Amino acid sequence: MNEFLSAPYVLEYTYTRSTGPVIGRFLESLRYGVLEGVKTADGRVLCPPVEYDESGEATSGEFVSLRPAGTVKSWTWVAEPKATHPLDRPFAFALIQIDGADNAMLHIVDAGDRKHMKTGMRVRLQWAEERAGTIHDIGCFQPVLPYLPGPVHLQYQVTPGKHYSAYLRGLQEGKLIGGRDPESGKVYVPPRAADPVTGNPTDEYVEVGQVGVLTTFAIIRIPFEGQKLKPPYCFGAIVVDGADMPIYHLISGVPYDQIRMGMRVKAKWKPKEEWGPSLENILYFEPTGEPDAPFESYKEHL
Amino acid sequence: MRDVAIVSFAQLPNVRVSQETDEAELVQPVTSQAMREVGLTQDDIGFTCSGSTDYLPGRPFSFVAAVDGLKAWPPIRESHVEMDGAFALYEAWVRLMHGDIDTALVFSFGKCSLGPVPEVLNLQNDPYYVQPLGLDAISAAALQAQALLDSGQATERDFAEVAVRNRKAAVDNPNAQVKGDSSVEAILEEPYISSPLRKSLCSPLSDGAAAIVLAAGDRARELTKRPAWIRGMDHRSEPHALGQRDLTESSSTRIAASKAGVSNGPIDIAELHAPFAHQELILRDALGVDGGVQVNPSGGALAANSLMTAGLIRFGEAASRVLAGGANRAIAHATNGVCLQHNLVAVLEGE
Amino acid sequence: MAEHCAVIGIGQTKHRESRRDLSLPGLVRVAALEALADADMTFKDVDAIVLGTAPDMFEGIMMPELFLADALGAAGKPIFRVHTAGSVGGSTAVVASHLVQGGVHEKVLTVAFEKQSESNAMWALSPAVPFQPQLVAGAGGYFAPLIRSYIRRSDAHPDTGCMVAVKDRAHGMLNPHAHLHLQQTLEEVKASPMLWDPIRYSETCPSSDGAVAMVLVSDKHADRVKNPAWVRGTSVRTERTFFAGRDQVNPGAGRQCAKDAYDEAGITNPLAEVDCAELYVPFSWFEPMWLENLGFAEEGTGWKMTMEGKTKIGAEMPINMSGGVMCTNPIGASGMLRFAEAARQVRGTAEQHQVDGAKVAVGHAYGGGSQFFAMWVVSSER
Repeated sequence: MNEFLSAPYVLEYTYTRSTGPVIGRFLESLRYGVLEGVKTADGRVLCPPVEYDESGEATSGEFVSLRPAGTVKSWTWVAEPKATHPLDRPFAFALIQIDGADNAMLHIVDAGDRKHMKTGMRVRLQWAEERAGTIHDIGCFQPVLPYLPGPVHLQYQVTPGKHYSAYLRGLQEGKLIGGRDPESGKVYVPPRAADPVTGNPTDEYVEVGQVGVLTTFAIIRIPFEGQKLKPPYCFGAIVVDGADMPIYHLISGVPYDQIRMGMRVKAKWKPKEEWGPSLENILYFEPTGEPDAPFESYKEHL
Repeated sequence: MRDVAIVSFAQLPNVRVSQETDEAELVQPVTSQAMREVGLTQDDIGFTCSGSTDYLPGRPFSFVAAVDGLKAWPPIRESHVEMDGAFALYEAWVRLMHGDIDTALVFSFGKCSLGPVPEVLNLQNDPYYVQPLGLDAISAAALQAQALLDSGQATERDFAEVAVRNRKAAVDNPNAQVKGDSSVEAILEEPYISSPLRKSLCSPLSDGAAAIVLAAGDRARELTKRPAWIRGMDHRSEPHALGQRDLTESSSTRIAASKAGVSNGPIDIAELHAPFAHQELILRDALGVDGGVQVNPSGGALAANSLMTAGLIRFGEAASRVLAGGANRAIAHATNGVCLQHNLVAVLEGE
Repeated sequence: MAEHCAVIGIGQTKHRESRRDLSLPGLVRVAALEALADADMTFKDVDAIVLGTAPDMFEGIMMPELFLADALGAAGKPIFRVHTAGSVGGSTAVVASHLVQGGVHEKVLTVAFEKQSESNAMWALSPAVPFQPQLVAGAGGYFAPLIRSYIRRSDAHPDTGCMVAVKDRAHGMLNPHAHLHLQQTLEEVKASPMLWDPIRYSETCPSSDGAVAMVLVSDKHADRVKNPAWVRGTSVRTERTFFAGRDQVNPGAGRQCAKDAYDEAGITNPLAEVDCAELYVPFSWFEPMWLENLGFAEEGTGWKMTMEGKTKIGAEMPINMSGGVMCTNPIGASGMLRFAEAARQVRGTAEQHQVDGAKVAVGHAYGGGSQFFAMWVVSSER
């Protein structure tokens, strides 16, 4: 048995609050989705309206319609709302100066996260779904973002074209396909609609080697959106045997700080059953272990 | 100002889907052909300019693919407009005024088969007030067509007559996509897509490419017997918001026509870039083109409409009739934007 | 050339990572109205407008000259849109100057902008497209191998890129419009993380919102201001991204572009005859590379000019007086900002970053895989 006697007690009562001509009008207007302020004798506008201003002067009784938006003058973030709070998720209490008013109104801002709150921020009034002529008719204020979402969703088809298709089909069969220019004899990987130097289509398709020289490279150490690999990794230009220009791919199978210009590398393919019409069939290029190519032999490709 | 002429024109046949070609594969044959016809290669070209939009394939830098259809070594003088190829021709014409070079290659390409073009064109609209409402290109044009009906300047029968005439003219055009005999009655039986526009009152969507070679002064005369001289060329814009324009008339075309000198002499033919039938009526009125002028002998955009190319093709079609001697004075017109916001007018003449 | 062309008005926004305070039309208007005011003109005085911006996907507005026509006072006038990748701001200014020089128009307003904060540049530049190799290297991944090639070929001092960053950021401190205002020491730059080895974080440009505008006029309108900048030489040159034997470090298109512009301007020795240059340097190592490409240094020696401090304001060949792309990079506007800074220098209106007595200046831009080039030479003398 407890030494001290104790019992729960609830003080609960619903008062009848007389609103008077000013507050009454303000709240009744809220019911219709109209936000009003009252003019003071010296011409200021107060919202919420009161019968007397802070110096005791009677307000004029003249109401003005206000835009349902304002500026946060001060605020506090309530991280763990209590049952008595108007929202059951974190929110801010804020003093909000309604546009066109000279004072500030206490209300809440439903901002989702404290980091969205800032003194001076713009907020808009969100009306409650059901209104009854109380201050709850203002459901809350919400941050006004100075931008709009602009969603774009368009469905396209992609057709890779004749020359690129030949290249992709080659990849599907485990081959690297280039196109030879009939005039210069240069081999482009992938084949081109027009050789950049002669203008001819590179229509003669030839299989090029899967071993080549790493001419130059970057070590990627930065994470960025859409990235599939964990940095650091290497991305390099490889002139495969039989081609006259580099292709770009990942370089792996060697510690990245041992990667050198001139290193001989070969294609490392995915398991055959995973092949599709894609350069991704090649996982990366890895060193062959052959001696490095001399600088003079590849410097024209830099 | 220097005398500049169109000396050659090439186009690929317009088709609904050109499955086997990418952009560079459209550009390479058409530019080669335009140059070959006047015995030139890329090395002889002083300036190269193209027109295209990234939103047809839905990829940024689609014009880089265009350069991939060219020989570009030694490095070429080259520019690109994100507009119809006719505006690329305008830039090339301006470039030739500089006086240091005498030839220019202009080209454009458009593959409408890759994306939902009417919806894509909504991205031309005001991003704050209109884009979110999804105003597709056909509905936008339909607002204009209805305004024209309401103004009493045209009837739905007039619209249908335009379509019938263009598709009939296209029978002789091997590069047209939609052609043949149709009747006003049959068109008026068609259901509305967006009223009052019916399928036959709208242009088809095409994959295509076109190229033109320009040359200045004596160089033009060396390259071809009868150059199509650009006697005047001007383009004008209107305000963007549909609610701030009189959609029933084309004030920008009217100004451009006046600056280009359309009324300085009789016109034999006019190639008008009207993707919707009613727009031809608005353009004829703005250009002062009467019944004596043969409008769209090629069938116009109603017979083939490869976006970004259809305007340049109007220049090519008009010029080819001057080059061949069938016409002496021709109007070439191109448009850009929703409901004819932006219009380019040129007058082409034989010697 | 029928007419001479002068720049008589220049305006630009304060560039920031995000100009959330301005709508897209608002952004371009800030620059356009400032340029017009500088030229003692209003929209009514303008004959034609030339607009440049990088891919439409940055802002999700297709052919934005249509939507922006009203904002730029273009109703009833010609408005033109140029797009040549990163060089677009430069090639746009070149088109505007040709409209004047060709006698087509007398008073042209040219505007370039980018509001990169409206989307994600990485997405807008390389959305995932079927059949295309997926992006594995990011923005600097393409250029880092070229820089490695440059270092190897020229045996450059490894600190060169850091020296450029320090210098450009110091210049940017003098420019109130610049996005980055960072006073950085060599040690700080060297200590910044390697992103795309050999490129460090502090050796890269920011991503900015901004716009720039210029008013270009023919002879008879040039006396609206006391200090016009005369356009003496222009060029645009292009080559393909890849071809057999391509010199990617010192591209032929860049060399040819410079030669065209110098020839037209009558310049035979750029180092001696050009007082300062504003070059498109998005990664700091591009300063020495472009010094060589544009003929300010012999091949293989550009890095020495940088290391010797010759590219600072007050030194022999000041480069990127405004702080350059290293301090401000609204992509579609970046090229025109270079051209505009060159014009400001010869007009003597560059304020804190003015090169004393600058009479001849170069503006330069490039784009794509170092393949699209645009340049102009401007002078205080016609």
